[in-house]
Amino acid sequence: MSTDRFRRCAVFTILTPMKTDSSGGPCAGRTGVLAAKSLACRRGRRLLFRGLNLRLDAGSVTWLRGTNGSGKTSLMRILAGLSAPAQGSITWDGLPLNQGDGAARRGIVYIGHANALKDDLSLLEAVAFLGRLQGVDAASARALTALARLGLSARRDAPVHTLSQGQRRRGALARLALDDAPRTWLLDEPYDALDRDSAMLVSGLIEAHAARGGAVLLTGHQTVTLYGAREFDLEPHRAA
Amino acid sequence: MNLRPNTFAAPSRFYAMAGTLTPWFWAAALLFGLTGLYVGFAIAPTDFQQGDAYRIIFIHVPAAWMSMLIYLVLAFWAAWGWMLNARMASMYARALAPTGALFTFIALWTGALWGKPTWGTWWVWDARLTSEFILLLMYLGYIALTEAIDDPRRAANAGALLALVGVVNIPIIYFSVRWWNTLHQGATISMTAAPKMVSTMLTAMLLMTFCFWSYSFAVVFTRARAIVLEQESDNEWVKGLER
Amino acid sequence: MIGLLLAVTRRDLLMARRRRMEALLPLGFFVVAAGLFPIGVGPESQTLRQIAPGVLWVCALLAAMLSVTQMFASDHHDGSLEQMVLAPQPLVVVVAGKVLAHWLTSGIPLVLTAPLIGVLFDMRAQSIVTLTLTLLLGTPILSLLGAVGAALTLGLRSGAALMFLLVLPLTVPALIFGTGAVGAVDAGLSAQAHMSLLGALLILTLLGAPLAAAAALRISLD
Repeated sequence: MSTDRFRRCAVFTILTPMKTDSSGGPCAGRTGVLAAKSLACRRGRRLLFRGLNLRLDAGSVTWLRGTNGSGKTSLMRILAGLSAPAQGSITWDGLPLNQGDGAARRGIVYIGHANALKDDLSLLEAVAFLGRLQGVDAASARALTALARLGLSARRDAPVHTLSQGQRRRGALARLALDDAPRTWLLDEPYDALDRDSAMLVSGLIEAHAARGGAVLLTGHQTVTLYGAREFDLEPHRAA
Repeated sequence: MNLRPNTFAAPSRFYAMAGTLTPWFWAAALLFGLTGLYVGFAIAPTDFQQGDAYRIIFIHVPAAWMSMLIYLVLAFWAAWGWMLNARMASMYARALAPTGALFTFIALWTGALWGKPTWGTWWVWDARLTSEFILLLMYLGYIALTEAIDDPRRAANAGALLALVGVVNIPIIYFSVRWWNTLHQGATISMTAAPKMVSTMLTAMLLMTFCFWSYSFAVVFTRARAIVLEQESDNEWVKGLER
Repeated sequence: MIGLLLAVTRRDLLMARRRRMEALLPLGFFVVAAGLFPIGVGPESQTLRQIAPGVLWVCALLAAMLSVTQMFASDHHDGSLEQMVLAPQPLVVVVAGKVLAHWLTSGIPLVLTAPLIGVLFDMRAQSIVTLTLTLLLGTPILSLLGAVGAALTLGLRSGAALMFLLVLPLTVPALIFGTGAVGAVDAGLSAQAHMSLLGALLILTLLGAPLAAAAALRISLD
């Protein structure tokens, strides 16, 4: 680890209250590497893009840029493993995404446009269930702390359908604060409907995650600055 | 896009191959059909018990055989297309379905036509006819599902899963329907009470089976070519054909 | 894995409890539909007793199919289904949890209401007991097969009607063995064979349907 990263890591360790996860200290471990090779995506009969190569290294934060309809969401879904690509392959630490012992499934968190929060459950129940799905232990307790970090403690027992769009988005993102294991986050429009303070909270989460050895790929049209973020433009890969 | 070094696998090559073979299949169907009908209606003897009305089985039985065979072939190609991501296989499966449904319908209809003069009733809940009816429902389900889904890949894969589920269930359904039929056996009405097969009758049935088989190839190839044109319309080689 | 299965079931039950009216609609349909037959066919006891097993089974079948279309719809709509597919745990576990919740909310009420309807059809006590037992074995089969149908038709406009067409032919064996059992008891014979076959069908469906439904969900979300 470079001294710069180490310094940032140490700063974050002091400033943010972190629980050590089972893999050791908060700075130990790094996420597996999600990589795409010669990827092509088809929507219906149209080819959206082809020949796309992408690699999400540990510690990287990447903005996925592209115009509306260029295939950003489709690319995210393919990287997450929801969709099969028309051509090319996705690998996790060199192995195909579907094979292996499920390390890819444990190592990738995908948060799409939809919040995945059930209207009839309370915010705490909904986030705890998502934690359960993700495989974290003591999901309810962790959900409590996660909601606190996102500033939603006051609304934790409110049914989801009574919350505002911004609160629901923050609730959906609370999954990212359930534990501190470095993973690969695929976030589709995470800043959607968030006000400035909430956006800063989320940016803090993302930067801290990258400092811990995680990787983040996100889309968004808002002008948000993230420390050390690089850009990946979809335009050059678009099919005619 | 060539996935396999196989003439069949590439849509463009299938299109060409099917185009050359189809006329031959039509010719074969015509030949077998005329011969089969001649043997069945002119040469085979009148049945002792059922008179001339029994001759409908020369269409009924081959149609029933084809309906079952086509379902198996459909399930095979659909599964192939799903597992190996082979578009041509999926397109071929979709082309098979309407023909299979047609033969099922013919089998049911000719079954009714046989029942009326022989036993005085248009429909009989015989085990085989009932199973044939359920098979028709399964064909219709496959067609409805693949037509209802817009995305070609999802439609093909969903159809494949449905067809596989159907193939697994058909023996179970047939067994249960046979069981049900023997329980409710009132009169001894049964399609299994077919006349004893004289060799000319068998010949006629075999000829008609070949006729239906050739007809199936001709029609399915034609339909598959149309599906290929529709689904591959963005490709270079299709645009080349239009010129 | 059992933990996740129960968590999914608990979640679905919790949501059903908060929308209690909607959860009981299929039961209402069952009662109304079954109740229409005496009116349509005539109140003659002998006839009613004869058609009762068939009528009750078919109405239970239709009622189960009505509610199963919603099994994955809500989760699909708000994005929860994608998260379930992406979870590290096998998808069959989640599917099994949802099927269990569906059976508890719509199958069990049908089983418990059937004896009452049986009385309306003037069935003998022994027949009612047999019918209830067959429904106890049969309603899980309906929930399982319905799950496959719901997964295949996820998000389609013609969803419900299409699902009926796809799933009903597959339910024919259960219908035959279920009604056959009651028929045997009515005729004074043993229903042993029918019940064994129904049980075997349940086991087969338990093994196969969740896998098929999980595969169908992956296809539908592709």
